[in-house]
Amino acid sequence: MPEKIIAFESKTVLLPVDNIDTDQIIPARFLKTISKDGLGDQLFFDWRYEADGSPKADFVLNTEAAQGCAVLVAGDNFGCGSSREHAPWALTQFGFKAVISTSFADIFKNNSLKNGLLPLTVPKEVHEKLLAAPSTVKVDLEARTLTLADGTAVEFPIDAFSRMCLLEGIDELGFVLKHDAQIAAYEAQREGTLDTRALA
Amino acid sequence: MTQPRTIIQKLWDAHVVAEPEGAPALLFIDLHLVHEVTSPQAFAGLRARGLKVRRPDLTLGTCDHSTPTTPRDLPIIDPIARAQVEQFEKNCTEFGIPHFGFQSERQGIVHVIGPENGVTQPGMTVVCGDSHTATHGAFGALAFGIGTSEVEMVLATQCLPQRKSKSFAVHVNGALPPGVTAKDIILALISRIGVGGGTGCVFEFTGSTIRALSMEERMTVCNMSIEGGARAGLVAPDDTTYEFLAGKPLAPKGADWDRAVARWRQLPTDDGAGYDREISIDAAALEPMITFGTNPGQGIGISQPVPDPAGVADAVERETLRKALQYMGLEAGKPLLGQPVNVVFIGSCTNSRMSDLRAAAEVLKGRKVNENVRVMVVPGSQPIKKQAEAEGLDQIFRAAGAEWREAGCSMCIAMNGDQLKPGEYSVSTSNRNFEGRQGKGGRTFLASPLTAAASAITGKVTDIRTVLG
Repeated sequence: MPEKIIAFESKTVLLPVDNIDTDQIIPARFLKTISKDGLGDQLFFDWRYEADGSPKADFVLNTEAAQGCAVLVAGDNFGCGSSREHAPWALTQFGFKAVISTSFADIFKNNSLKNGLLPLTVPKEVHEKLLAAPSTVKVDLEARTLTLADGTAVEFPIDAFSRMCLLEGIDELGFVLKHDAQIAAYEAQREGTLDTRALA
Repeated sequence: MTQPRTIIQKLWDAHVVAEPEGAPALLFIDLHLVHEVTSPQAFAGLRARGLKVRRPDLTLGTCDHSTPTTPRDLPIIDPIARAQVEQFEKNCTEFGIPHFGFQSERQGIVHVIGPENGVTQPGMTVVCGDSHTATHGAFGALAFGIGTSEVEMVLATQCLPQRKSKSFAVHVNGALPPGVTAKDIILALISRIGVGGGTGCVFEFTGSTIRALSMEERMTVCNMSIEGGARAGLVAPDDTTYEFLAGKPLAPKGADWDRAVARWRQLPTDDGAGYDREISIDAAALEPMITFGTNPGQGIGISQPVPDPAGVADAVERETLRKALQYMGLEAGKPLLGQPVNVVFIGSCTNSRMSDLRAAAEVLKGRKVNENVRVMVVPGSQPIKKQAEAEGLDQIFRAAGAEWREAGCSMCIAMNGDQLKPGEYSVSTSNRNFEGRQGKGGRTFLASPLTAAASAITGKVTDIRTVLG
């Protein structure tokens, strides 16, 4: 059963770069794993570490101020590229509960919502305010609001089903499995002759 | 009278299993392709819940991403990659999924083997834990990439909760000039709309240029839809589609074929159906395209200079471009032509099919690759490798000084040992030029097989039009 998310407060970490792709979030060479463990250490690996494995002092996630932060504010079109779900796994294992941007790539957004990571889309002027300096924000999934340090509350879009699943800790696969009868009825009337087992 | 519909709407309507209150529609999946990298955690999930694979007959597996392209009689040296490939074969066997293992004569890149075996068919919904699944859209299928949680869901239920995407028509008209290919069409589109330009959309590629493309060329165009932000891209089926498919191993046969074609002929977009968005591209005005930056939208005509961040108004956009040029070690305002390269890679799910290999071989025939360049040619599947060898293409590549390798994703994603060294430049026929995509610190110029082959000869970024007869 996934953990329920209702509301939380956190300092922000700023990564003001557009089009951050999932190859940056977690490089492909770490996808040879067959488990979900240990991916937080590989988050933003090539931006975070020197060739000799020492942390890059000027990368924001390595700064003292970033430790314990649960909200990442990033540039437009966050999470583009590869469909790897290792990206939200790595972000949540590092401790992030939300990413704020002006837009998200579709597959990343889907993957995040299934892993308790909130992709929060905000208008450009709110985004600019958030990028001005690290701050403390409040996220309320129940109310669908993001409250900035100055007290301004902005509503963020999230589809009703994903919100319900996150609020109540509902597992989407369990939900789909309940539709077995409808799936069987669909299968009974569908056309098509494919049987991949003929290739084996 | 019924409302005119786009092919995208027709594909959607035909696959809705249920529309539960307060939840997205459940969409039935006709074909699920599985590979070694994005599936292990999904199989582990099935085991943890005690679930079976609902439709192994609609599922097909192959190993490709972490699979070496060295001779197949050699073991997989990297123990982590070997464990992943072995786990994949074990998972498929345990759950009854037909699959092409490391030693299979049919092994290949997941987006190559579907079409090659007639498994990808018009009218289908196709998913895979891989963002380049849109490749299968070339057949008039709704094909899109999914994450591992969704892989698990499809394995267990053959369904996915889905929200309908917007429709985005990409009209491409006119004759392609010499040296300009399908790859250049899609790179041109992405350079115009940007890597997020198609977010929330499905592309339908239409127009006289698209109609004149072969199936392999259409696959190249659809393949990179995700690079324009669209989860899917498709081309309505026509006689070119049916001719390609007829006689493929799993294409319908006899009366089934006739029934299927009659059904597929209903798929194209109705006259008068509207799209949410549209864009037009004049194919006759295109030149060979190449990327200069660190995302596929950062592309230019090969004769054009690298853009200057000083000309960008938005601060974050300007910084993003500056950072890209710094990573790439390029100077704004200068052309890419003549830029020395270290590696040329011809392969990937974008450009590793017979027509790509033939085009590259045509350029390299009787020539030598530059002594400073490593050239890797990686066929998309073992059957393609065999066919290319039957045509003598391997001899042309080898005589020119290029490496002729086994099938796999190879240096497109650099998970299997095929990779750039830090600082090296490649001209690559693959689909992503992200930082480190082809190896940590590596720098990628995306281009067509023609541009790649021309650059292999000179050792520099080269305009194929200066090499062509």
